Amino acid sequence: MTLALILGALLAAGCVVLVALPYLREPAAERDALDDRGELEQRQLALAEVRDRALGALKELEFDHRTGKVSDEDYRALVGPLRREAADALRALEPRAGTSARVKAERQG
Amino acid sequence: MPELGRAALVATLGLALYAVVAGALAAWTRRRRLAASAQNALIGAFATTLVASAVLVAALVRNDFSFVYVAEHTSRELPTGYTISAFWGGQEGSLLLWLLILTGYAAAAVLLNRRRTRDLIAWVVPVLGAVALFFAFLLVVVATPFAMQTAPADGAGLNPSLQNPYMMAHPPMLYLGYVGLTVPFAFAMGALLARRTDERWIVATRRWTLVAWTALGIGQLLGAHWAYEEVGWGGYYAWDPVENAALMPWLAATAFLHSVMIQEKRGMLRVWNVLLVVLAFSLSLFGTFLTRSGVLSSIHSFTESSIGPWFLGFICIVVLGSLALVFARLPLLRARTRLESLVSREATFLYNNLLLVALTLTILWGVAYPLLHEAVLGDTRIVGAGYYNFFLRVFGLPLLLLMGIGPLVAWRRASLRSLGASFALPAGLALLIGAVLLALGAGSSIPGLIAYTFSAFVLGSIALEFVRGTRARRALSGGSWPAAFSALVARNRRRYGGYVVHAAIVMLAIGIAGSSAYDTVSEGKLVRGQTLAVGDYRLTYRALDEREAANATEIRAVLDVERGGKALGTVAAGKNAYTAERQVSNEVGIRSDLVTGEDLFVIAEQVNADGSVYVRAFVKPLVNMIWLAGLIFVLGALITLWPDAREQRRLAVRYGDARARVGP
Repeated sequence: MTLALILGALLAAGCVVLVALPYLREPAAERDALDDRGELEQRQLALAEVRDRALGALKELEFDHRTGKVSDEDYRALVGPLRREAADALRALEPRAGTSARVKAERQG
Repeated sequence: MPELGRAALVATLGLALYAVVAGALAAWTRRRRLAASAQNALIGAFATTLVASAVLVAALVRNDFSFVYVAEHTSRELPTGYTISAFWGGQEGSLLLWLLILTGYAAAAVLLNRRRTRDLIAWVVPVLGAVALFFAFLLVVVATPFAMQTAPADGAGLNPSLQNPYMMAHPPMLYLGYVGLTVPFAFAMGALLARRTDERWIVATRRWTLVAWTALGIGQLLGAHWAYEEVGWGGYYAWDPVENAALMPWLAATAFLHSVMIQEKRGMLRVWNVLLVVLAFSLSLFGTFLTRSGVLSSIHSFTESSIGPWFLGFICIVVLGSLALVFARLPLLRARTRLESLVSREATFLYNNLLLVALTLTILWGVAYPLLHEAVLGDTRIVGAGYYNFFLRVFGLPLLLLMGIGPLVAWRRASLRSLGASFALPAGLALLIGAVLLALGAGSSIPGLIAYTFSAFVLGSIALEFVRGTRARRALSGGSWPAAFSALVARNRRRYGGYVVHAAIVMLAIGIAGSSAYDTVSEGKLVRGQTLAVGDYRLTYRALDEREAANATEIRAVLDVERGGKALGTVAAGKNAYTAERQVSNEVGIRSDLVTGEDLFVIAEQVNADGSVYVRAFVKPLVNMIWLAGLIFVLGALITLWPDAREQRRLAVRYGDARARVGP
């Protein structure tokens, strides 16, 4: 009974320390805001996903064409739009002047 | 030390409550340290649940019958392995196992994702905490495993059906699957709450879903093998509601694993994917409710308790809350692309999803109808195997066919010329095999013949994919055929691991069709020296053996087996009479032919005082393909799960890129 009580108390103390740890480590943190992705960063992420999707699809199309699963006719019909999609995403992802500053401003609220 | 167990569970309850409240507040007010503190609470909840579990295991191993749970589920004669497995043999213990696995998953998910997906994880923590809170509440308030009493001299023992090696692995595997579906659910809800509906929640949970799905699949196969060996009725799946309870979330998760690829490849089905995750998780809760609430009277629901209404309430909150959240976030979930053609890979995935969901809902209705009928009209109704078998054929056979069609069709769209070239070989092979099987007499079961023909088509299309892929890879990089094959699989583990899983499902279909559509059965009362014929076999009753085991008296009828005039040894079937449990179990005799995959399966239905036995014997063609399919399934899942460095780099570039491009 006594041992159980001691172990229980130790367990409770351990839990409290674990939960309080972020505050014990940084009692007076300069910045306590969650590291958010702003709207602009979200848009960039969406574009990166579109880019990866198009590049992945292109790679897969090339391979399927090579294996014979995709005919020459289908390949010609599909490859153009996919290349355009990938190029558009890459262009849209090109860094523009002022973007960095806008994001900094967004993050600082 | 029951006090320590109780204190640990109270600590888990407190930590889970803190994770919900502090986690939600931190995510809402965007406070970093508070979010980290809530994450730590979830990690701490795992540690405290581990302590509670250790206390219960220690009590079991020490045969401490002052614990009510230990006295009700073990006895002094019970072998140690089964004594430990009694941890999940009863209601309170299995709920504790649920909580242990859940907090373990939650802690791992937090530790692995707290840096990668910070904005998501902030909302994932309160969702995981809420599920943990519910189970901790049940264990502290409603069904504690630490109830005490004056210790009796001996315990009541473990249900004899659970005294089987498969029961040591089957429930934990199932729970790894059931509980694992909480992680994709929490991430999906977290993404919706955070209004971050990009693909990160899918990327973060892909492997978790696969692990849960694999564990659920293996758990079901172990359960089927247990039923085959232990329950002793001659089959492996009886469409028991509790078996269906595990099948439904697995089917929903299967649909999700396919449809999620359409979202990743085409940006489509975003609402559908979230709904599938909700469905899979809700069905996993429903499955636990069925097995644990005592709402059913089957071998699995051997205890009744007061947790039913709590569970039902929680399931309602989960379903309604999730649907309300999905509805509120519909504008964020709009698809960015459309289906270009009804003849494309994504279209076949869509058809596959519709069939899987239709099958899931059909099974759900079969399980729910008797409960609803009893609740509303007061009398019981039974939905028999005929209902399920009918819909398994209606939805399952087209699903099987689609497994062969999918790999042969390209993404976006495919012309008839491409399809013709791809389909010719596997379709020709399938028709040829179908014709040969018809000539050999397989036409006695039309669904069986169709299943075999479709299986040949799927295996042909998978083989063609591997051959064409290896050839193309070799043409690109040179080298040997094995090196090209290895590179092919390594470069696209999900695709080729998926094909291996498909091959396993085909083997499963072949095993099920063979053993259920083409089996033979014979039965009769035998006295010593008499013979029973079944299929090509002749069984001669030779002797009745009796021996005392550690915790049971074992009686076995020994039968000589002969086929085509050749002696094949003996098979023994009988009964075990368990001393402490005061129960008798059927112990079947099985003789497997590993070359043909066939089993001779013998049940001694009655062992009479005069030494005669009433024997029922089955010949089950290809049944061993089912168990072999399990091994192939694990292999395919491992290939798919194996870390892919290329993909990790690509994702690092994607997520690092989005950040780098907009500055530090």
